[in-house]
Amino acid sequence: MSSHGYVVEAEALEKRYGDKRALDGFDLAVREGTVHGLLGPNGAGKTTAVRILSTLVRLDGGRATVAGLDVARQPRQVRSRIGLTGQYAAIDEILTGRQNLEMFGRLFHLGRRRAKLRATQLLRQFDLEAAADKGAGGYSGGMRRRLDLAASMILAPAVLFLDEPTTGLDPRSRGEVWEAVRELVADGTTVLLTTQYLEEADRLASRITVIDQGRAIADDTLDGLKNRVGGDRVEVVVREPAHIPYALQAVARVAHGGEPEADIAELRVHAPVADRVGSLTEVARFLQHFGIPVEDIGLRRPSLDDVFLRLTGRRTEEEPAPEPEIEGAAV
Amino acid sequence: MSGGVSTASDGTGRTYRRRPQHGRLFWTVADCWNVVRRGLTHYRRQPVSILWQLGFPILSVLLYGYVFGKAIQVPGGGDYKAFLMPGMFVMTVAMGFVSTATIFVNDSKKGVIDRFRSMPMAPSAVVAGRGATDLIVSCAELGIMMATAYGMGWRPEFGTGPLFGYGLGFVKAVVLLLSLRFALIWVGVWLGLLLPGPEQVGGLFAIVFPLTMISSIYVSPQQMPHWLGQAALWNPLSSTAGATRALFGAPTARGASWPEQHALLLAGVWPAALTLLFLPLAIRRFRRLSR
Repeated sequence: MSSHGYVVEAEALEKRYGDKRALDGFDLAVREGTVHGLLGPNGAGKTTAVRILSTLVRLDGGRATVAGLDVARQPRQVRSRIGLTGQYAAIDEILTGRQNLEMFGRLFHLGRRRAKLRATQLLRQFDLEAAADKGAGGYSGGMRRRLDLAASMILAPAVLFLDEPTTGLDPRSRGEVWEAVRELVADGTTVLLTTQYLEEADRLASRITVIDQGRAIADDTLDGLKNRVGGDRVEVVVREPAHIPYALQAVARVAHGGEPEADIAELRVHAPVADRVGSLTEVARFLQHFGIPVEDIGLRRPSLDDVFLRLTGRRTEEEPAPEPEIEGAAV
Repeated sequence: MSGGVSTASDGTGRTYRRRPQHGRLFWTVADCWNVVRRGLTHYRRQPVSILWQLGFPILSVLLYGYVFGKAIQVPGGGDYKAFLMPGMFVMTVAMGFVSTATIFVNDSKKGVIDRFRSMPMAPSAVVAGRGATDLIVSCAELGIMMATAYGMGWRPEFGTGPLFGYGLGFVKAVVLLLSLRFALIWVGVWLGLLLPGPEQVGGLFAIVFPLTMISSIYVSPQQMPHWLGQAALWNPLSSTAGATRALFGAPTARGASWPEQHALLLAGVWPAALTLLFLPLAIRRFRRLSR
């Protein structure tokens, strides 16, 4: 393990798919024992970065180490120090949960007896004991994910790669997965988490790298990143254009760290605030005092969209380029 | 911490350590065996699935053996059912590659292959283990098909010597059938890694079906229009069917054409040629996953 406490280090990673540069000088440093979020829109290079770091894909340039081991030169050693949970639950749906974990345990070279023991422990740890001997094909989305996570934890890896672990899950399953990840981190696992959801990074990550067009465009703590975007904003929608000046005056009273802005076409006025609840009541009280009818009033938390708009000047939707093929089948 | 060793702690003081004391060859074989175990466990958990795979050959046996059987003349004489049965065995092994392709499509789509590749196991075991599983399953399928055929009155001819002659032709026929299956494993792996999703696997039957019809599996190529008969003569399935018919002592309906006269030779050459072509293609496809 590297002496300065970084368990994943990547320098100037390059990866090309034909003419497209999936990674174009990507840098990353993940501190041991933390959850590091890798945020970006589809096609930004998140998955490519994870696939290079987990030895699935060869890099075209640059250098990367995981747990102090070079991913290009020591892939076999890297593989016994990492766990990977990709965008689909990579489990055998015909086998039971227990059979899945025992199979992966034997393939991790634990030996038959210890693979059995480890499977039993992981089923308990991931709250899958009740369904342990049922076919995994009948599991719910959340259970599949937990089984998937359990399979990547068999050797208690130094680094766990979670590539969009909750994409396509309902909110309840998403909560289950977050809970499981938190427990792993409490036990000392380092997690590199890619996600499109700011909320997910918000819940789990302590530090975040924002990736766009194959480059790291920001690397900061969650708070630092939010401060750049401007934090929470109070937002008022009025009924008539004539009411906009009142609304501007109202939000100006509570604005903190930025000027109020108006969107005339949508009759929308907003400004960054510090005191969330206080500013909301203040704006409502002010407008009520002048008898201004309000269509909508609320607090808007910064979204990944806002982060992107601020950092790149573009909205995430304007990025139609698909992620470089994840499926080997279609590469 | 040294590279090859890693430990897992369960929080109760017990640790899990990869066993590095064995060599690479040991682990490659062990990994293959564990992949085979996985495949066999599938059949243990869903034993009916093997019958689904055999559904078409068994249905064909019933349909052709009983419904059309009496209406079909075997050129050169002989019982049509005895002619048909070896053809059904060939069809059983020929259709097997669809199941090879299916598991590879599903595994790569669901990320199971990526999981294997991110683990310290031997990457070659992913493919080799599957191939071994398919050969074992093919033996079972052939066993079931032969039992079905026996139940319908099929009696293969055994050698007459007290020990050595006994069953040698039978064994040769089974070896030829399995060598065709072996060659088709690589076609299956290659297609499985090539196809974008499980939806396309069904389309493979659209390829297999004409391939089995335009061959000597059901009727002799002599009974087809000339141009179709020529295609059927050179079909690898025809060679294996012709060779196994001769070895089982069934009517061969053998014509004067070169491929019919040299069916035994071609039944060995075709699988070898297919393996030489598709084994490298399958391996290249698998390696390209790292690109």
